[in-house]
Amino acid sequence: MNFWEYLGSRHQQLLIDAYQHASVVFQCMVVATLLGVLIGVVTYRSEWAGNLATTATATLLTIPALAMIGLLIPVVGLGVPPTVIALTLYGLLPIVRNAIVGLRGVDPSLVDAAKGIGMSRAARLARVELPLAWPPILTGIRVSTQMLMGIAAIAAYASGPGLGNLIFRGIASLGSKNALNQVLAGTLGIIVLALLFDAAYVLIGRLTIPRGIRA
Amino acid sequence: MPDLSDPSDLPDPETSGTESRSVGATIELEGLTKRYPGSALPAVDNVNLDFRSGETVILVGPSGCGKSTLLKMINRLIEPTGGRIRIGGEDVTDMDPVRLRRKIGYAIQASGLFPHMTVAQNIALVPRMLRWPTSRVRARVEEMLDLVGLDPGEFHGRYPRQLSGGQQQRVGVARALAADPPVLLMDEPFGAVDPITRDHLQDELIRLQRELHKTIVFVTHDFDEAIKIGDRIAVLRERSHIAQFDTPEAILTNPADDFVSGFVGAGAALKRLNLTRVRDVEITDYPTVTVDDPLQHIFDRLRSSGFNEILLLDKRGRPYKWLRRGDMTLAKGSLARAGTLVHDTVTRDATLRDALEAVLTDNTGRVAVTGRRGAYEGVVDVETLMNSVHELLEADRLEAMDAQHDLEEQRSAQTHAEQEGFGGEEKA
Repeated sequence: MNFWEYLGSRHQQLLIDAYQHASVVFQCMVVATLLGVLIGVVTYRSEWAGNLATTATATLLTIPALAMIGLLIPVVGLGVPPTVIALTLYGLLPIVRNAIVGLRGVDPSLVDAAKGIGMSRAARLARVELPLAWPPILTGIRVSTQMLMGIAAIAAYASGPGLGNLIFRGIASLGSKNALNQVLAGTLGIIVLALLFDAAYVLIGRLTIPRGIRA
Repeated sequence: MPDLSDPSDLPDPETSGTESRSVGATIELEGLTKRYPGSALPAVDNVNLDFRSGETVILVGPSGCGKSTLLKMINRLIEPTGGRIRIGGEDVTDMDPVRLRRKIGYAIQASGLFPHMTVAQNIALVPRMLRWPTSRVRARVEEMLDLVGLDPGEFHGRYPRQLSGGQQQRVGVARALAADPPVLLMDEPFGAVDPITRDHLQDELIRLQRELHKTIVFVTHDFDEAIKIGDRIAVLRERSHIAQFDTPEAILTNPADDFVSGFVGAGAALKRLNLTRVRDVEITDYPTVTVDDPLQHIFDRLRSSGFNEILLLDKRGRPYKWLRRGDMTLAKGSLARAGTLVHDTVTRDATLRDALEAVLTDNTGRVAVTGRRGAYEGVVDVETLMNSVHELLEADRLEAMDAQHDLEEQRSAQTHAEQEGFGGEEKA
């Protein structure tokens, strides 16, 4: 059975896996974005808090994905929970770092102007600082998503959802007639998903970054 | 005692537009002090200043003298560590700063416009925060754009980066004035634009202020800017100690000490020329003829006027050519070829400095003064200018001496009273 025949015969299963893969990455990204921006907002104004947040999330990223999921299994069990927790934690670093850099990069004279015309702390953040820091934050989200696409494959190790299952099955049965096709289908599926997400981010950028600050 | 809103200073009620316009409010700073933790000397030390309603006050001083700090304490962007601030008689030292700032316009260097919002959104910010109804906000945005000389239709939807520096600064001023605050604080607003644009913006501000009568506090390190715009100037030295607080005329002709005269710089007499307009000096009437007059009449005027030359006006009464006695003969009676074209005129609103410039560049040392639609009104020459300047300087000097005298008298009376009072208390 060649690759195309394999795809033709298994497309239903493949689509389900791809959908689950995309879904878990998307959901984890939503959580990571909210958490990451929140951490950024809370810490950016203090030198040490910002650095602590960046270093902590960077340290998380150095833990091998397999080890992280392995360590989470005894705590939260198999399946979706370890996958979601691991992916969210991995997704934090680029978002937190870019949020901090972006918020710190807002021209202080603009913050001064916002204060001077009578904007409250919350209004300043919501209407001036975050919108101006949004392009770098969006870049962070994009990088995070690309990263999570690959890492999510490892979730299959903890019986999680997604295209990783194909890869793991293929590797486990190397030598059998469909092993290579499985690995190939899983990998290519992830690449295609990553490209689709990236295209979506370009579109989101177009829609959400005001014309006045678009590069 | 501060001069609280002298009614004679106030304009006739503004009748144009639908908005009721608020005019200025007094500002009183009393013992205002800012001390930063960890530094021995305060950045602003015990400043007492009273600003009248509707006047433009310039805070001027060398960099690092704390003038910006002083300004930012008025809207409490920097919280004072001591002293009181009263605006329009109301103590605002402990008021909610966010609410306070919405009642005070604030314009800063390089405009401070938010780049992610359109011009209209920027201007609408404060009215929106004050929860004006949408239709009123929209009307106000158009009105403000109009006020600062930008076409609402064209600029409404633009982003700040699509504007020139001068246009950005205009929008910055429009935003500061959008909610019609009685007080406008300007922190070196024209510091980042080129000299020509700066000159235009200064003229615009003067025009605006003539219309609006806000209380403007304006910070700059440029003394020429201060003279041009200010009704009164506070010259500050280190820690915002006030070296002199007076009208531009008084500071130019009678600087309080070496620090002030150093700051005024050389050429105080020349700078003084900026403060007087052509309308304030005597203009001479020259014999004139118009292009429609018959040639014979022109010859007669030339011969009988007693002047060496006469001014030929065009059909609309605008200065056209200078005609000398020999000119007509040389040109064989053709008006088209005779005389020298008038290449420079000044209006009645021009400063004496402009007039002097025009007179100096003219090889015969005079310039025609024009009124509405460029129509001829008279002539200013070197002698007139010289005499006027001398008179002005003399008058200034006398006034300064009078002021000095009054001050001394006041002081001695005060000392006297204090001593008396002290003695009286002791007796009691």
